[in-house]
Amino acid sequence: MNLHINNLSHYYGDMEVLSGIDFLIEQGRIVCIIGPSGCGKSTLLRLVGGLEQPTQGDVLQIGSPPEGSLNPLTYIFQDFALLPWRTVEGNVSLVLEDHALTPARREEIIADVLARTKLSDFRKAYPRQLSGGMKQRVAIARALAVSPDVMLMDEPLSALDSQTRELLMDDLIQLWTRERFTAVYVTHNLNEAVRLGHQVIVLSRRPGKIREIITIDKPIEERELGDPDLERQQKRLWDLMRDEAQAADMELADV
Amino acid sequence: MSDQPQTRTVAFRGGGFNPKPIRMIGLVVFVVIIAIWEFLSRIGAIPPLFMPAPSQAWSALQNLYTSGLLWVHLEASTYRLLLGWSLGTALGLIVGIMIGLFSVARAGLIPLVSAIFPIPKIALLPLFIIWFGIGEGWKVATILFGVFFPTVIGTFGGVDNVDRGLIRMGQSFGLSWWSIVRKIILPGALPAILSSFRISASIAIILLVAAEMIGAQYGIGAYVLMAGNLMATDELIAGVAILSVIGLIVATLIGRAERYFLRWRR
Repeated sequence: MNLHINNLSHYYGDMEVLSGIDFLIEQGRIVCIIGPSGCGKSTLLRLVGGLEQPTQGDVLQIGSPPEGSLNPLTYIFQDFALLPWRTVEGNVSLVLEDHALTPARREEIIADVLARTKLSDFRKAYPRQLSGGMKQRVAIARALAVSPDVMLMDEPLSALDSQTRELLMDDLIQLWTRERFTAVYVTHNLNEAVRLGHQVIVLSRRPGKIREIITIDKPIEERELGDPDLERQQKRLWDLMRDEAQAADMELADV
Repeated sequence: MSDQPQTRTVAFRGGGFNPKPIRMIGLVVFVVIIAIWEFLSRIGAIPPLFMPAPSQAWSALQNLYTSGLLWVHLEASTYRLLLGWSLGTALGLIVGIMIGLFSVARAGLIPLVSAIFPIPKIALLPLFIIWFGIGEGWKVATILFGVFFPTVIGTFGGVDNVDRGLIRMGQSFGLSWWSIVRKIILPGALPAILSSFRISASIAIILLVAAEMIGAQYGIGAYVLMAGNLMATDELIAGVAILSVIGLIVATLIGRAERYFLRWRR
């Protein structure tokens, strides 16, 4: 299934936050969205997954999600959004309980996704007992449990320290090489964007418009920390964004 | 002075502001106060009419027990307390959750709750007697109304404070409305609801005694009133001690419930 973001604009009251956004999300590819703070990139993600209604334009699904996908558009949130009163397995089970699955099938899915995210030993742990990186892996396991067609990731690594971020990025890369999932990945971190994106969409500051779409051809599994090609791409992204970021920083935040 | 720079340990200035539970200290405070009180009464420093000795109050309690009336009073009081508190809590939870979930309920009911909450329910007694009958009805109703309002306010406050991010997560996974309420909103509001139980339980005990003092044949409040009328201060203290014990038991039960239901928090 491809997604077409069709000439989409969005307003909060009189304030235009997104203006004329139009791009295609192709099956099996990761689209990164970067932009200065307050440019509406998280809003854009909420619009893509139907958590908010756009003022103008729409998000079109082209083709249908594969059979067996319980929740085709699935989010991974920056703050993990785990229920603190449920254990690791309870948090995964939460998103399966509303679907008609036999208890055995549900158990099978939970065991499978926890194994894939290396969490099998932590099934009975509560979120408060887990580190930030582990919590995000639980959230990834929960997302995998509903066999998503498109993953919508809202700064998934931003709440983590830089070492954990590096480890989790490796996990994501491994996961992608195995499963070839489609993803929209919102981040303010240029390094994450060049490491994970097939395409990097640069938004301008408010109202967010597409400034440039950069395609990175190097296969994701071959990209490594400190790769000179990527360094160059990252530099280019930063040059594009610097002035915007500076201007955004000087704005009064009274949204 | 030598040219050697002076060396000393950096003075510790952190710590404190972190009270920890210490077992048994509470009990020791009780025992010490009662012991001093008993001692002062025995040596005659406190006249018996002014304040009976703990031992006298204890023997009054024993008399009450051997006469068989203790259970009669306790049964009457517990019945009213349990019925009034449970009904008030149940209704308060329903209304509080509705205010937390629906805009119309919120807009319509919050002003009403704010207007009626501060009215002392005792002031409405004559009306309650007319509405709910002269028997047990008005006593239970007084407790019910007293419990209802703090429960409503605690519950919708708890619902309001549930992390919106968790609700959005539930929606993003396509959970049904009912699942979101049951699995995300209610557990999220539970800490606030349990603390409102502490307040409503104390209010229930106060109103129980007030109602029983105004018009009841049996019940701890009636016993205390009778003792006061006869200037039987030993029985008065015995009755008040029973109320304290009821309060302690209720607080312990709610503490247990918190530890069980909120074990994920710790």
